[in-house]
Amino acid sequence: MKRKLLTGNAAAAWGARLANVDYVPAFPITPQTEIIETLAGWFDEGALKGRFVTLDSEHSMVTAAASAAVTGVRVFSATSSQGLLYASEMLYAVSGYRVPWVLVNVSRGLSSPVTLEADHNDIFALRDSGFLQLHASTCQEALDMVLMAYQIAEDVRVRLPVIVNIDGFYLSFTREPVEIPDENKAREFIGEFDAHNISFRANVPLSHASAVLQGSIYSYFRYEHHLAAIQAISVFNESAEKFEKMFNRSYALIESYMADGADYVFIMIGSFATKAKEAVDMLREAGSLTGLLRLRMFRPFPEEEMKKLLKGKKAAAVIDQNLAPGKGGVIYTETAAALCNEKEAPFLISYIGGLGGRDITAEEFYEIEKEMRKAAETKKPPMARLLFSEAELEAVRKLQGIAGVEKKNEQRKN
Amino acid sequence: MKRKMSKEKIKKMRDIPFERLLASGTAMCAGCGALEALHQIYDILGKNTVFVNAAGCMTLLSVYPFTPFRGSWLYTSMASAPAAAQGIRDALDILIEKKRIKPKDNMQVVVLAGDGSSYGMGLSAASAAIERNLDFIYICYDNEGYGNTGQQYSDATPHAARTSTSKSLTGFQYYKKDIFAIWAAHKPAYAATIIGSDPLDLAKKVEKAKNMKGAKLILALSPCPTGWTFHSNETVKIGKLAVETGIWPLKEYADGKIVHTKIPRERKPVEEYLKIQGRFKHLFEPQRNDKLIAEIQNEVDKYWGHYNH
Repeated sequence: MKRKLLTGNAAAAWGARLANVDYVPAFPITPQTEIIETLAGWFDEGALKGRFVTLDSEHSMVTAAASAAVTGVRVFSATSSQGLLYASEMLYAVSGYRVPWVLVNVSRGLSSPVTLEADHNDIFALRDSGFLQLHASTCQEALDMVLMAYQIAEDVRVRLPVIVNIDGFYLSFTREPVEIPDENKAREFIGEFDAHNISFRANVPLSHASAVLQGSIYSYFRYEHHLAAIQAISVFNESAEKFEKMFNRSYALIESYMADGADYVFIMIGSFATKAKEAVDMLREAGSLTGLLRLRMFRPFPEEEMKKLLKGKKAAAVIDQNLAPGKGGVIYTETAAALCNEKEAPFLISYIGGLGGRDITAEEFYEIEKEMRKAAETKKPPMARLLFSEAELEAVRKLQGIAGVEKKNEQRKN
Repeated sequence: MKRKMSKEKIKKMRDIPFERLLASGTAMCAGCGALEALHQIYDILGKNTVFVNAAGCMTLLSVYPFTPFRGSWLYTSMASAPAAAQGIRDALDILIEKKRIKPKDNMQVVVLAGDGSSYGMGLSAASAAIERNLDFIYICYDNEGYGNTGQQYSDATPHAARTSTSKSLTGFQYYKKDIFAIWAAHKPAYAATIIGSDPLDLAKKVEKAKNMKGAKLILALSPCPTGWTFHSNETVKIGKLAVETGIWPLKEYADGKIVHTKIPRERKPVEEYLKIQGRFKHLFEPQRNDKLIAEIQNEVDKYWGHYNH
């Protein structure tokens, strides 16, 4: 084990290296590119044995990744944003191949307008793809989640591919101290790749991903897929237990920070949760019983765990770093669905913030805490909020002035 | 003096293996020209092949839980079959290098795609695979339209052909894309056009491709009774006419050169090929469209004039 300053990208690449991956099909995209550059270098210098190949697109990259997994090797790949969506046809298709492999997505807001900074609309667009989803909030977790992802994906009860999500810029390009596990221990943790009964070999015919022409057989395979995904909850817990024993870091499905005994909680995902932690510390100091719940696993959705952790809370604020236009926040919707039959469920308030890398300030967390308290007192939660400050609006107006928006509107009127 | 041993064993019709490796009873239409070619191709490639399929008619060969293949099969998508070939080839190579499987477990990787995929949305993935000199065979069964969805025009549809999306009296207004030339421009190991109605030419070319390393194209014109509208017992006849009229040149690309393997010395008029297909009926009925027929004939004449045979 050694401690090193690593970016989230480098940490994710280290995860793949320690998993001793055989094959990395790749395609560059900001802010992910450092991951594949790092891996390409390791293949070149012989630190990794196998093959690195750049495909013509993410669509091809995901096809190559899954096909190699069907042939019986351990596969890693990485993408981001538009790349993830360009590959989305294949992400849905290959999760049904029922072969394990790991894809890192470095979250970045989607077009339009085109941007480079983080939010979660990319990864949540793939929430129903059949891939499992683990979300990191630190560079250490980026590495550790990749390792755990292999163990979960390759478990015979699961046999599904996993996406590990890290936030663009906030994690991808931010250096943090990361403990790099010992190579032999990491290999012991993951074990040898076992293709089980799926592989292409001479004289062992296999027809894979064949067409079906009837709803019953289609439904059967889809239900199997769903049930296997659900299994990943207990498999994650087992894997986390093993991980803690070997590496002394403990990971729960939902990270609970000062939430035990709290009346109010923020519910978040990804790196911005570290901002919430700071706000929680300040609020606690000021005497508010506020905590944080941070989803580490999003698929399968840890519904029972969420219900348990929210039981008896007075109010919860779901801060979604994504926006489903015409609906609102994705995590809010899913959390509300989990709570709908609970007797002691808290009031749930929806906030949208952090789109395209927009900061969420400490003041905003304090304001949210106030609204939670008010909702509990008045028994009336406010409407969903879109976080935006007056100062920001002013700055936007200035940019619009340069873009000549007013002038164009005038011209149109005339 | 002993003659130099050639890898190619097929010289005459009687050298062609006739094992019928591909089982019958598939969902393909009666008289399918693509299936006609595939039967012959499979006998030469043998069962240790993994077919990587792009969305198209042939996707319905393997419908759970049945398959006509003695070897393996992977369905992918319409656009990315060559990328799957890359993944499988790389994985097999890695496994052999790392001694996790034996060399005898190796398989030949074969893409099986229609013209909709090959001429259109699969072209980016194919181009990249050729550029990487991927060791695979790419079979394109070209029935000159989106056949599986009811024959809408594709990039492979010939001039003036009537399809379900070009129903006017003049048919399809553009010209067939020259995918063979596009492949050849990539300088692949090998590219060849074939047709099911010429088994010896087909067998020689498939055998050649099988024995080569690198990217190899087998482009099969595939007369389609339902899409082109002709009786299912005329597939062979139409295939032969496609060659005899010069509409479908049988050729191969290797070592930077294009060689015609069959040169129709006295080309039959294109009319003979056109008039027996429903998709060209509008060129003859209710009135004969001399202008369009001449346009098609001119294109063919220009082609063979260009190659100066």
